[in-house]
Parts: sequence; C-alpha cells; structure tokens
Amino acid sequence: MKKLENIEICVNEIDYSLPIIDGEMLSDLLRERLRLTGTKIGCNESECGACTVVIDGDPVLSCSYPAVKAHGKKITTIEGLAKNVGNNGNAYTVLHPLQDAFIEYGAVQCGFCIPGQIMTSYALLEKNPNPEVKDIKYALKDTLCRCAGYPSIIGAIQAASESIVSGKPVISPVIQTSKVGKRMVGQVRRRPDAIAKVTGQAIYSDDIQYEGMLHARVKRAMIPAGILTELDISEALALPGVQAVLTAKDVPNAKTHGLFIKDWPVLVDIGGPIRYVGDAIAVVAADTREIASEAIDLIRFKYEPLPVVSSAVQAHLPDTRKIHESGNLLKHIKVQKGMVSEGFNDADVILEHTFHTNPNDHAFIEPECSIARLTDEGKLEIYVGSQIPYSDREQVAAVLGLPESQVRIIGQLIGGGFGGKEDIAGQIHAAMLTMKTNKPVKLLFDRHESLIVHPKRHATQINIKVGAKNDGQLVAVQTELHGDTGAYASLGEKVMTRATTHSSGPYEVPHVNIDCYAMYTNNPPAGAFRGFGVMQSAFAVESMMDSLAEELQLDPIELRRKNALRVGSVTNTGQVLKDSVGLLECIEKVESALYKKAGPNPFVPVQDPNDPAIVRAWGFAVAYKNTGLGGGAPDKAGAEIELLPEGRFEVRSASAELGQGLPTVLQLIASEELGQGTEQVQVLLSDTDLTPDGGPTTASRQTYVTGNAVKYTSKAMRDLLTSELAERYDVSPEKIEFKEGLAQIDRQEVQLSTISQNLRKDGITPKVSYTYWAPETTPLGKGGDMHVAFSFAAQAALVEVNTITGEVKVPEVIVANDVGFAINPLGLKGQVEGGIVMGIGHALVEDFILEEGRVITDRLAKYRIPSIYYTPEITSFIVEHPTADGPYGAKGIGEICLIPTIPAITNAIYNAIGVRVDKLPVDQEKIVTELQKQKQFA
Amino acid sequence: MTIWNDYQLVYSLSEAVEAYDQAEKPVRFVSGGTDLLLEIQQGSHPAMNTLIDLNHIDELRELRVMGELIFIGAAVPVSQITNSPLIKEHAMAVAEATGLIGGPQVRNSATLGGNVAHALPAADGMISLVAMNATAISYSHTDYSKKNILDLFKGTGESALEKDEILVGFEFPVKKSGEGSAFDRVMRPQGVALPILNIAVWLRRKGDVIDDIRIAFGPSGPVPTRALKVEEVIRGKKLTDVTISRAKETILESMKFRTSKKRATAEYRYLLAQALLEKVVSKAWNRAGETK
Ligand SMILES: Cc1cc2nc3c(=O)[nH]c(=O)nc-3n(C[C@H](O)[C@H](O)[C@H](O)COP(=O)(O)OP(=O)(O)OC[C@H]3O[C@@H](n4cnc5c(N)ncnc54)[C@H](O)[C@@H]3O)c2cc1C
Ligand code: FES
Ligand code: FES
Repeated sequence: MKKLENIEICVNEIDYSLPIIDGEMLSDLLRERLRLTGTKIGCNESECGACTVVIDGDPVLSCSYPAVKAHGKKITTIEGLAKNVGNNGNAYTVLHPLQDAFIEYGAVQCGFCIPGQIMTSYALLEKNPNPEVKDIKYALKDTLCRCAGYPSIIGAIQAASESIVSGKPVISPVIQTSKVGKRMVGQVRRRPDAIAKVTGQAIYSDDIQYEGMLHARVKRAMIPAGILTELDISEALALPGVQAVLTAKDVPNAKTHGLFIKDWPVLVDIGGPIRYVGDAIAVVAADTREIASEAIDLIRFKYEPLPVVSSAVQAHLPDTRKIHESGNLLKHIKVQKGMVSEGFNDADVILEHTFHTNPNDHAFIEPECSIARLTDEGKLEIYVGSQIPYSDREQVAAVLGLPESQVRIIGQLIGGGFGGKEDIAGQIHAAMLTMKTNKPVKLLFDRHESLIVHPKRHATQINIKVGAKNDGQLVAVQTELHGDTGAYASLGEKVMTRATTHSSGPYEVPHVNIDCYAMYTNNPPAGAFRGFGVMQSAFAVESMMDSLAEELQLDPIELRRKNALRVGSVTNTGQVLKDSVGLLECIEKVESALYKKAGPNPFVPVQDPNDPAIVRAWGFAVAYKNTGLGGGAPDKAGAEIELLPEGRFEVRSASAELGQGLPTVLQLIASEELGQGTEQVQVLLSDTDLTPDGGPTTASRQTYVTGNAVKYTSKAMRDLLTSELAERYDVSPEKIEFKEGLAQIDRQEVQLSTISQNLRKDGITPKVSYTYWAPETTPLGKGGDMHVAFSFAAQAALVEVNTITGEVKVPEVIVANDVGFAINPLGLKGQVEGGIVMGIGHALVEDFILEEGRVITDRLAKYRIPSIYYTPEITSFIVEHPTADGPYGAKGIGEICLIPTIPAITNAIYNAIGVRVDKLPVDQEKIVTELQKQKQFA
Repeated sequence: MTIWNDYQLVYSLSEAVEAYDQAEKPVRFVSGGTDLLLEIQQGSHPAMNTLIDLNHIDELRELRVMGELIFIGAAVPVSQITNSPLIKEHAMAVAEATGLIGGPQVRNSATLGGNVAHALPAADGMISLVAMNATAISYSHTDYSKKNILDLFKGTGESALEKDEILVGFEFPVKKSGEGSAFDRVMRPQGVALPILNIAVWLRRKGDVIDDIRIAFGPSGPVPTRALKVEEVIRGKKLTDVTISRAKETILESMKFRTSKKRATAEYRYLLAQALLEKVVSKAWNRAGETK
C-alpha cells in the first residue's frame, strides 16, 4: 500500500497537484488554496447547500467533503460554468444558460446562495435536460435561499432547460411592471451586480484575504446569567500561533456599544454580569482559525450563577431579579385614542384572547464576517457587510477612542440581512485585535455562533380585546404587549413601538388603548427583523378579526372592508391619512381573484376526494406597515453624484444593499432624471470615506429616503451641467437636453466624457451632493403625522391540513401590495416572493427554541428555514396609490409582503379544521391533539 | 484541532484491515462521512488521528443481483440506491427510504453502510433493511461473516460491529410474485432534525390474504426491532378494516414508544404509528398485487 503524496485533481478543466493538508475539506482547498471563492460557506454543517460543487457529474457539499477524497476526480465550480471565447483583443465571456436565466428571472437577490443554486441546477440539467417542477424541487430541496426567490429560481431553471434543449437564447419572463412606469423607473432592469453574482466573482467579506492576516475567535459565556469571577487566559496566550488574547481590561475607551442605547459590553469584565449566552469574555487572534479555536477552548473562567429571567412576562413581575441596574423595563410604550371604556360600553360584542409569537433567527445564508486592518497611513479600515456603516464607524471609534475620521467602514456585499446585520457583530473585536497586533484580522462567525449571538425577532405576548357593533363596526381595541428584548436594548424600543402602534390593525377604531412593555431578559437580544414588530401584532389582530367575523356571522373580508383605513381616516396615533391608502383596492384585488379560484365559499373546508384525511380551506388577512423611521426621528439620507471622466455617472450613498435591489432602484432613478440608460450610471454604496451617510437600511426606508436623495441629487447634477454648458456654449438652458451618453446642446451633440474632461481641465469636478430630509414626523403621543407613509397589503392563503398527522401545507397564496409606485418591478417580485416564503417559514417551520436562556436551536439543522418545497403558487397584484413625497410616489415594500402571510395561514387552518392557532409556529402535534378533543366533544 | 491528521484511501478489504492495524490511533472507518465528520466537527465525537475511507473498495460499491439475492454494497451512495431500477423493482421500501435521507447532495455521499453502522434507532435506510429481513455481510481480519441486520446493534448509536470490522454490504431475496414493500415517515419541521416516526413494511399476498408480513418502526427503542406482535395479528388475515383496527390496537398494546423532548410525545407517536401502518401496509399490498 503506498501512501498518497499529493492530491491530483482537475478543477474547471485545469489539473492541479497539491500537497495534502491535514483535516482539509474540499471547500477550503477551493477557497483558500485555489482562491475560487465563488463556492460559499453558509453553514459548514451540510444543511444549506451554498458550498455545492459538482464532482464527476454529481452535486456534493464541499464543506464536508475531505479534500483528499477528491483525489483523481473532476470538479466543476461556479467559476467553471461561463466560457471565455474569442482571443486577445476580442475575448468575451459567454454565460451558461442557467446564469443568464437566473439574472433574467430575478432569481439573484443577495446572491450568496446563488453559486450553490446554480451548481445544483447544473448537475440536474446535465442529467435531465428537461426537468418538471417536481424534479427541480427534488433536486434543490436542500439548497436554501433565504431571500427565497424560489419561484424565480424554478422559472429560471425551466427557461435554461428550454434554452439548452432548443439551442436558442434564454427567453425572458413576463414581469409585471408599473402601470404608470416612466422611461426608466417602473421598468424591468437587470441588477448591476447580477453577472458577478452568477459567475462567482462577487466578493463578500469572507472572500477577502490579506497577507499575514490573523484569524480571530471569541470566547462566549455560554451561560445565560451570572457574575464573572475569575478569568485565566494564560494557557491560551502560551499556545504557539496565538498572537493576542484580549479581555475587558484591554478595551481602550467606551466599554459598551449599542445602536441607540449603549448597554452591550464589548467584553464582560471580572465582577461584571453575564446577561446572555453570547456575551463575549475574551477575544483571540491567531495565525490560523484552527489555532484560534483551540485557544478559546483553553481560556478558563469561573462565574457565580444567577437566576435566569427567561420571559418578558416574568421579567415584568415585581420580584424578578433586575438584569440591568435601571431595571428590567426597557420601555413602556403607550397609545391612546378616545376612551376605550366608553367604546366597550358601546360594543355589542367583546372578544378577548392572548397570543404568543416566538423568537426567529434571520438565518441569512452568509454568516457575519468582519476584517479589520491598518493602512500605511495608520487609518483603521473595516470590511464588513453591514446594514448601517456609519453607525459601525461611530461605535468602533467610540470603543477604540479614535476620532471617527480615523475609521473607515468599507461595506461589502451582504449575503442577506433582514435586520440581523444592524448591530455590531465582530467589527469592534476585529478592530481591537488589529490595533493590538498591527496586522489584518478576520473575525468570521460560524453558523453556531451566528445563531447564538446576534439579535432575534422579539418573542411577544399579546393580549387583545376588541369591541364591535353587530354590523361589524369596530368601536374599541385594547391590547397589552410584552416584548422580550433579551439581554440588551438593540433596537428593542423601536421595534416594540411599531408593534404597539400597529396592534389595532389597519382599521379606523374610535377608541384604542395600548400598553406595551419591552422587557430585558437573559435571552439573546432581540432587535430589528423584517416586519419590525408589526408581524407580531398583525398575527394577533388579524386572528381576532376572523374570530369576530365568526361571532357576528359576517364575511371576514366584508368585516375588514368595513373598518379599513382609507384616505381621511385617523390612525390610532392620531394621524390623518392624507393620501396613498390602497388597502381597499388590495382587498378587492385579492377578493376577486380568490372567488375566481375558489368559488363562492373559499372559507368553507373541502375534503380531498381521494384522501379523506386532507382538508383544504382559504384564509384571509390584511396588514399595513410604516415606511421610514418616523416618530419624530430625523430621517435623512445623503447622496452624491459625480460625472466621471469616461462619461458615466457614479451615484454614491452609504445605504446598504442586502439583496433587496437598492442599486437598481438608485440606478433607475438617476438614469430617469439624467436622461441616461442604466449603462451610464453606476452605483457605489456603503463606504464611509467615499459615500455620504444614507442612514440605516431598516424600516423599509431606502427606496423612499435614499431614493429621494438620489432623485434630488440627480436634479442638482442636471442643473449644474446645464448652467455650465449654457455658459460655455452660450445657449439658453432650455435648449440643453441630456440623452444616453451625451448632451444635446441646441443642435450640437457633445459626449458626456468630453464635458466631464473639459470641466476637470478647468478645475471643476462635476460632482454634487444633497441631503434629503424626509417630511418631519411627530413622536408617539403627540398626535399628528407619526409616519411619512404606510404600505398596505391583503393576502389569501390556501392551506392543506392532514387531519391525521397534523401536517400543514400552503399550496397557494394570493397577494396584493400597495407599494405607491413600483420603481423596480424585478426587485419587487423578489421581495414579494421572498416575503411570502419567509411568512410561511415563520408560520409553519421556524422556531428559535430557548430553554432557560440557553439556545436549543444552535445549528441550522435545528433552526430550519423553508426549502424550495414550501414554495406556493403565488398570484401577485401590484397596487399603486402614490404617496405625495415618495420618489414618483413610491413607498416601502421590503417588510409588508411578509406580514399578512402568517395570519392568513392560521386563519385558513381555523377555517379548515376549527383549530385556532394562538401560538407561533403552528405545531402539528398540537393540531392533532385539538382535533382529538373536538372528536371527544362531538 | 483538526478533524483528522491522516485520511487514507484504500482500494481493497485487505488493504483496509492492514491500514487499520498500522494506523496511528485513534482510527475509524469512514464512508460518506455525513455522520462522522459532522459529529467530529461539532464536538459530539472525538477527533480522529486516522480516517480510513472505504469508498474506493470495488466490492463495497456494487449493487447487483446474485442468483436469488440482491446485494447492495455498504459504500454505494444512497442516491444511487434510490434511483436504481433494480432496487425499485425488488425493494421499494429501500428505494423510498434511501430517497428520503438528507438532501440530494448529502445522498451523493451518504452510504447505507454508514446509515446502519451509525446505529441510530430511526435511521431510514436501516429501518427499510429490517423490513426486508436483510443479511449483513461483514469483513474482519481475513474473514467474511453474515449476520441478520437486527444483530448489528447494541444500543442507541452503538453498533455490535467490532471496531475493525467492515460492513461489506447487505443482501435479501429478490422479489417474488405476490410480494411488495413500502416505507414512509413523518417529520417535524421545527427543533431537532430527526424523524418523529418511520415505518417499513414488507408483505406477501396469497389471494386476498396477507400470507406473511414484516413491520419495522423507528424509533421504537434503543435498538431497532420488528413489530412482531403487530405482524402476528395481520399474518394470515385478509386486508380488511377489522384486520387493520386489530393491528392498530396491537400497536397500542405491544409497542413501546417514548416521549422525546422537542420532537414528539409518546401519544402522538402512537397515533402516527397507527396512521402510517394503515397507509404503508396498503401501499405494500397494492404493490404486491402488481403483476410483476
Ligand atoms: C443534512 C443531513 C441530513 C440527514 N438526513 C438523514 C435522514 O433523513 N435519515 C437518515 O437516516 N439519516 C440522515 N442523515 C444521516 C446520514 O447521512 C446517514 O446516516 C448516512 O447514511 C450515513 O452514511 P455515511 O456513509 O455518510 O456514514 P459515515 O459518516 O461515513 O459513517 C458513520 C459511522 O459508520 C461507520 N461506518 C461507515 N461505513 C462503514 C462500513 N462500511 N463498515 C463499518 N463501519 C462503517 C463510521 O465509522 C461511522 O462511525 C443526514 C445527515 C445529514 C448531514
Ligand atoms: S456550507 Fe456546506 S452545506 Fe452549508
Ligand atoms: S439570493 Fe439566495 S440567499 Fe440571498
């Protein structure tokens, strides 16, 4: 038997002979040694499929495939699909039909899962060039996409298949566009980053390497509550290859961080409290990740355990231990309108119920990663996929005691965020280690750490009482919410404020009284998450609306229509809605599609004629969600546009692209305003040295706020160029027009590149910037306009309940979203599909399970997210009630699409089998138990 | 800490045994690695100095008919088993079970040998082999030996194989006229990624009577077992509502399902066992009635 000397492999048709490295997985070999970073690591535990490569024709997971095992085999990675043709002067790349189709169908969002999706699909099509939808779902079952453009992925694979079989180019899909689209905005455009994302060329933080870069790991408390009494780092420090071990003593300046409330310790000090399992005790930088991992295991600490506070309700009891010195109440939020007691006196019926929602994890496929390094000039640079680069800069600078100008955040592509990349993850720790060692430091979370550390969705208990007249008119709503904000504030106060103000639903109710308690507990912190509190209260309120309809024997759609907000309505915070309230139209659109599909009685259960265990019924729900920060918070975004020497415009803003399509939106707006095609406009995002502050990417605000900033900046750019040209060519400004790549000056055409270069020669940089301030809002409790705009939606969901096993499926969803104006229809499609699938996930699949502060679902194998199998058939309507101050009337869309899905599903379950789900997620065993009870009493 | 220091590829059984003897300990055999490598990575299994990869031993990669027997090599990737026309014809239960293990990518690595040797009481492929009454062929030192599949287990996660004993493959008789098999399971989307309950059934029809039947539920104890009492009440009976409801009662009387936290209560398991039994027996019955 002879021992293997080298690994001989053929990757993308190139032969390699490489020395063997102990313990190396194929993904490491590809990513680290061959620098083929298109193969992504999403979980490192065989769950997500992001690392899929094709070995001898079969798709396999490279993250758990020993590199040695690939000896003698032929490997294809995402980098090997596109073909370079032509030669020297005339070389170009021909995309594989799958790559083309993924772009055309809008299947590419954040892009992180896309190499895995395409490689899995590639292996499928190589074996079966003509797959049916069921074959596609079977093949892609374990290749997860959290942006969840599954319908688009399916469409793309079918289109690629047709193209391969017919030998013709990929046929573009028909995509619903805006009814009032203009030349550019409202039209379908490919994403500017799409080609990089389908070819594996797109660079995310973990794909960056520096010479001499160290690898960091964090020692986590892993206990939910206690006092740190002893800490010993000596063994870790002594481990060869360890370059630094830092503890709380080494924190140079501010000891805590946080988005608004700075209550989150950078590192827990001896004598200080441990408040959740993810608290950082020490950080290590070492030559390799393996050494760093070994080192954190050598760090020993002792603690005195403290009783664990594990729920918001418990935290609120008077005798409960105080987690923070200030107490356990982060914020008591109140909404009052009219006199609720009077309202209930007037009511013919009063219903009351308590609902519970669970925590959820964002489960973006790209785990958190930060790289810090010092430039030759001594400036600290941090490469990170962050939703709020300017806030990162402020927090890093404060902890390190540096002026903000010494810190530069260079935002990278983000492999999904959904609110989970707003807080600090590894930015500060990486920066501290770089300052200590003078070397670049990468701090990458693995999936386990990601699940344990970053803020979740608020688990919320909602008690709701509604009063109505016999005709269905709502007269009073009273709710009490307890939101679990976990160990630290994060955005807890803001999230729970949204939960509070939206908890009487998108209805006009004369008497409302709401009390919400955002409570600290020893659970992982809760913060921003798509839906931002509104998801929780919509579940309660929309369930109650169906109960009320049943009680009053009214049609549930009719009941909603009767009470729906419309122009002129006054919300529960006292805001008079002046325009852009498309709720009624959303309801009508979904209603008529529903009757067309399901006949006159969609809410009546139907038994499957072939399988009596299966019962189907539809359910209905509506929702609304604010656009923008609101509540009196100054909401502004800066943008800058420069006409580059080669004649293209560059739009700059430090807003983040999480996959939602912001670059396309900004590109479309600038092209529209500057008379250009999208080819003449490029977008640069998220660099605190190069792009002005766009504010946080949250609250469905980017299209509205940054979109407006770019719109006004574009106008300013046009004005600047017009006045310069008018003077130079001595023509009146009206005679100057901008067209693709050039300016029409009277009858003369001048290239934009010429204009830019001429101006520069004269010492003028053709660059303008503008800060857009959204209309002023008023704080909660002051009446007036709390928000600049609201998006509205209605949904109907069909469920299929197996009455024997309790399993629930959602085969169909009908949805209408009032988005104001559909600026970027391709992006909108992705948001709607992804929102619905995430909603199905929240309703049926996802449960972040905690037990006394400890995380049970600490792997992706345990915190499951919907696979392609959960993709329903979606019928989507775009409703456009423009809002006066939105860019072309547009408002937010990122969150609204997820909110009504959940109650539409639980209402459908009630309609199907008479079981009211009042605790998320739906538990199939509980369904069976309830059905058994029904049988007993029948 | 690396997962292994030495990963050896071997090309014959004797080479594998030799490699095992000479390896720097601790040492383990590995096939797809979908269980073992993950467990080491996540710290639930100690790291190994040497891993001996069995995937390149031809004998373990064979899937064929030998006279009256079907042979499935222990290192055949389960994707190949589930797609094999041979297995679909002779052992639908095995085809169905292997088609449900993990996802498509995992199935291209995972093997039946690993599924059995890992010794979890609800491993899908293993349960289907129990219903097929498969014989396991193993190799140790210089000898082959044969054991009934049920003799391979000592406890949860603990196989009865010697440390240096290699599973070579599994065999069971070809399908004869009137025979059929089926497999199904129920999962739970949340929490622990393990099936709540699975079932495999093999049966033989004679006219309108179930002449013989084998039933395996997983998990039904620390080691896999057959539902012998349930088989007994069905054997020799016609497939009628009465037979099925007698069988369901017998599940309640004779099976020992447990409550496992965050997965399922015992009550729910009994309920599912009854529902699955009815469904899977009738599926196997219909298959047995198909002419071929
Ligand atoms: C994402 C995911 C999903 C999964 N889903 C399922 C599922 O739905 N159902 C299910 O049953 N399982 C599932 N599994 C578990 C696993 O994939 C299967 O049990 C698989 O069949 C194991 O085979 P393997 O070849 O990968 O085993 P390995 O990991 O290689 O080995 C497992 C054990 O068996 C030993 N071993 C392997 N081959 C031999 C041999 N020939 N002789 C002696 N000992 C041997 C090894 O030493 C080790 O102790 C899943 C795993 C993952 C990662
Ligand atoms: S990274 Fe390999 S499966 Fe997730
Ligand atoms: S595009 Fe699939 S995870 Fe974002």
